[in-house]
Order: sequence, then structure tokens, then C-alpha cells
Amino acid sequence: MQVTSSVREPLVTGGKTYHDVTHDVSRHVEAKPNIRWFLAFLTSAGVLALGSIAVIATVWEGIGMWGLNKTVGWAWDITNFVWWVGIGHAGTLISAVLLLFRQKWRTSINRAAEAMTIFAVICAAMFPVLHMGRPWLGAYWALPLPNVFGSLWVNFNSPLLWDVFAISTYFSVSLVFWYIGLIPDFATIRDRATGLRKIIYGALSFGWDGAAKSWSRYESVSLILAGLATPLVLSVHTIVSFDFATSVIPGWHTTIFPPYFVAGAIFSGFAMVLTLMIVTRKVYKLEDYITMGHIELMNIVIIITGSIVGIAYITEFFIAWYSGVEAEQYAFINRATGPYWWAYWSMMTCNVISPQLFWFKKIRTSIVATFALSIVVNIGMWFERFVIIVTSLHRDYLPSSWAMFYPTWADVGVYLFTFGLFFTLFFLFAKFFPVINMAEVKSVLKSSSDKVHK
Amino acid sequence: MERDTHFVTGVYEDEDVLLQAITQVRSSGIKIHEVYSPYPVHGIDDYLGYKRSKLPIAAFLFGLLGTTLALTMQFYMMKFDWPMIIGGKDYGAFPDFIPVTFELTVLLASFGMVGVFMVSTNLKPWAQPRIFDLRITDDKHVMAIDIANNSAMELAKIEEILKSSGASEVNKKSFE
Repeated sequence: MQVTSSVREPLVTGGKTYHDVTHDVSRHVEAKPNIRWFLAFLTSAGVLALGSIAVIATVWEGIGMWGLNKTVGWAWDITNFVWWVGIGHAGTLISAVLLLFRQKWRTSINRAAEAMTIFAVICAAMFPVLHMGRPWLGAYWALPLPNVFGSLWVNFNSPLLWDVFAISTYFSVSLVFWYIGLIPDFATIRDRATGLRKIIYGALSFGWDGAAKSWSRYESVSLILAGLATPLVLSVHTIVSFDFATSVIPGWHTTIFPPYFVAGAIFSGFAMVLTLMIVTRKVYKLEDYITMGHIELMNIVIIITGSIVGIAYITEFFIAWYSGVEAEQYAFINRATGPYWWAYWSMMTCNVISPQLFWFKKIRTSIVATFALSIVVNIGMWFERFVIIVTSLHRDYLPSSWAMFYPTWADVGVYLFTFGLFFTLFFLFAKFFPVINMAEVKSVLKSSSDKVHK
Repeated sequence: MERDTHFVTGVYEDEDVLLQAITQVRSSGIKIHEVYSPYPVHGIDDYLGYKRSKLPIAAFLFGLLGTTLALTMQFYMMKFDWPMIIGGKDYGAFPDFIPVTFELTVLLASFGMVGVFMVSTNLKPWAQPRIFDLRITDDKHVMAIDIANNSAMELAKIEEILKSSGASEVNKKSFE
């Protein structure tokens, strides 16, 4: 039964009953995959296969396959790493921070956003692992295993090592959080199924029985995990920013990096959620669950975080001038007017100017405009990381070492590989997993009620 | 299960009716075995008289364990086992150890708590749950009453109370 309140817009439209929720979400898992799904899946798997040539070449030949040189030692690899990790921030933000703030609209989008988070973090992790050059020895460099390659232990003073702990903790806690939420929904699919599907989803549902006691514990676990994941999600991009901020490269050595990176991460993450959800809601006809209200709220988050990012860019510039340090001043003038001016101004246009269009209600409630701008934002956020990394490095301390960075086919190929991986995983998720958290949507159908009609 | 267990189940359509029914059934002296719902019903613990979950305590203790392990590990490795001067810092550079300590605290607290949750709720891939009604994961709430635990009351009387409390159906269910 759908409930309407006289003072609030319903979170789910279309007069859905509990059974409708079950049916609208489960039917996509139960239906045979159609030709469009196969085409989409095969395309992304094809990109994955194509990109894996570059990955194999990189592992076989070494990272000399990339366009790095002795001046620009970090370029596309770390740009892509930070970009993917940033995208991976929206899911846990939606499910954890919005849970603590009791934002009930999150229930329709948290499942897919968390899935996106997990896949994005997997893609991100590809880059530091490949950048090791000899990833099969990586465990000695990344984990506290005693070895004689250098010092006995890893260096706990290094932000790169903090990153290993931050990313792996973030990945595993997000995965557990996501899976706990999936258990009751797998049970729903189990109870509708027969035969093999019943056995598979029965195992996936871990024998969920829906008892009040189980739900009570489930809610306890969700709340505590949300409480733990909230500082965790903020810590991850903070620590990623430490990779830069704790070094003494002009353009990196700034205390503004942690909040600025976190805001940028939420900004790009919400943009990616919008890109994916706009397509998913259309293809799966979920417009009653992911309503215009959801899209508008996410667009408002994009305006806020986009403006924070914009202010951070300007502050950085001001502080570089105000510090009186010539190297810092040069680094920033060089960003805006040097050989990489086009990257800087792409970043400024995509991240600072274009999201301001969302101040117009017409634009932030338009599907087409939101979809287009969400892609623009992610292009802008890629350029942001490229600008920070490459333009700060390419002017070395000695002018004789000044260089440019040119990506090779292997750089492009590894980036394509992660796109293939991301979309292959997302299409598998969209087909075999319930894309909307049914149990939580059911729990908000009625909660804002003052009137019930059947 | 060796012996057969027999239950009477009341099926409820609406969570508000269900909560009222729980009060009514309990006040008439019937012991409720358990209530099954498709989603978490707000406040149902209080109606059923369940105590608050102790999972937060488990999370805290596991978190404390994580903090201790992380600090012990870092001080042992960096200060005692293989001291090296890095960036002119103290061997035991405490502020540098905070990020990893934080991450391991969160990691152990989460995994520890989820582990306790899985064990206490008997969640495992091979678990065979008692499903009182297939619709409890769809759109119905089911109140189960163990007949053996309510032998003082006649079966017909229990069924009548369930009906009058607003149950849309009253069924019997047995498990081997």
C-alpha cells in the first residue's frame, strides 16, 4: 500500500504496494537476459579484453611501456588511480553518511551506488599495483612482511603505505556493508524462485529468515557500520591527498589538499552515480523509485561540492601568491598559462563553471542536462588530477630537466582496461543482483505516513 | 530437528495492525515465538520486549583490539625491531602511526562486529532457515506461535485471538 503525506512529497511514486516493490526489482533478476544486455555486456567485456593487452604488455615489459620519463614519474597512472578512488566515494557516502543523517531518499539509490563504489575501487587499485612494475613482489612493499629487499619492514612513516591500508580497509568494509544489505533481498529472490536459482540465491542469502530479532541486529549492524564508514570514507581521500601534500613539490605541498580532495571525490562520485542511475532507471523502468526528486537532490550535492572545489582552486592560487614563495607562485602561473593551460582551463570549465548551471531548476530537473553535465563533471575531475600531478612535476627544479608528458598506447590501453572492468562488473551486477534495496524501500513506503490507502 | 514442532501463524498485511496485534496477543497471555517481516519494522523490538542488541559492545571491543594491535605492530617494527632514521623523525613517530591505527581500528571493529552478527543470527551459506510463509520476504508479516510453549491455552482459542487481533489469515505450520 502506498502512503501519501499531506506535507511531504512521497519518496516512491506511482502508488506502489510492497508486492510491487518486490516485483519491479526482482523481475529483472528473474528475466532471461535480453539482447540489449548482451550487447552492452559484450561491448564492455570486449573493451576489457582489448585493454588487457596493454596490461599484459606493461607487466611483461615493465612500466617503460608508459609515457613516463625521469621528470614526470607519475602521470596517467596516478591520475586514473585518484580519479577512480574519487568516484568510489559516493556509494559509501550515500549509504553511510545519509543513513546517519536519516535521509530516507537514499534507500532507492544506495545499492547501485555502493556497487559502483566497490567496482571503482577495484579499478583504482589496478594502477598502484601495476605501477610497482613487479606486482608479484608487491606484497613485500605494501604489507608488513619482513624481507631483505630494503629495510626489514615497510615504512610506516610513508603516506603511500597509509594509502595501502586506507584503500584496502575502505574496499573490504564497503564490500561487507554492501553484502549485509543484499542478504534480505537475496532471500526475497530465493523465496520467489524454484530449482537452481533457489539453491544459488538461498546460499547467497545466508539463510536469512526475516525474524524481528534478525532485523533488530541487522539495523544495529547497519548503523554501526555507517558510523564506522563515515570517518573511513573521509579518511580515504584525505590519505590519498597526503601522497601529494606531504611531499615538497611546489603545487602539492599544501594543507588545503585533504578537504579539497574529499569534496572533489564526492563531487565526481555523485556525477558517476547520476550517469549510471539515469541509464539504469530508464532501461529498468524504475522511474517511480529513482524519481526526479532523487536526481534533483543529487544535483544539489553536485552544486555544493562543485562550489567547494571551485573555492579550493581559487584559494590555492591565492595562497601560492600570498606565500611569497617563488617556486609556488611559478607552479600556479604555469598551470594556468604554461604548456598545459588547456588542461587547467578544461578543469576550470568542467568543474567550476558548468555545475553552476544546476542553480536553474529547469536544468537540474532535466534528465538530458543532468546526464550531460554528469559526464562533463567526470571529465573535469580527471583533468583536475592530471593538472595537479603532471603540471606540478613537468617543471623540475633544474630547467634542463623540464619535460612534457606524452601518453603511449599502453597508458591509454590500461585506462580502457579499467573502463572495461568497471562496466563489465556493473552489467553483471545489474543483471544478477537486485539493483534497488527492496527491504529498505519497503521500510520507507509508509514511514512518512499520516494517511494510508490501500 | 528430531521432534516435530507445530506452530500457529497469523498473517498481517500492515505494520501498524501488526504492532497492535503483538500487544493484544501478549496481553492475552500467549507467548509469541517470533515475528517475521519483509523489512525492519520501526519499534517492533519494544512491542516484543526484546532487549537492545549487544553488537555495539562487540564492535567497540574489536575496535579496541584493532587500535592496540596497530600501535603495537608499528612501534615494534619501527622503534624496536629495525630502527631507522626517516626524515629526521623519532623512531617511534607516533603522529605518523595514526592513519594506519585508525584504518586497522575500523577494519577490526567492522569485521569483528559482522562476524558476531553472522554467528548470532546463524547466517551462513548452508543454513536452512525455517520459512513460515514464503510471503514474509515479499509483503506479509507473520506472527508465529509455538503450540508446545502455549499448552495451557486451547488451539482454537489462540486462533481466535489471532483473528480478532487483525490477522488476515491464520494457518498451521509444522517443521520436521
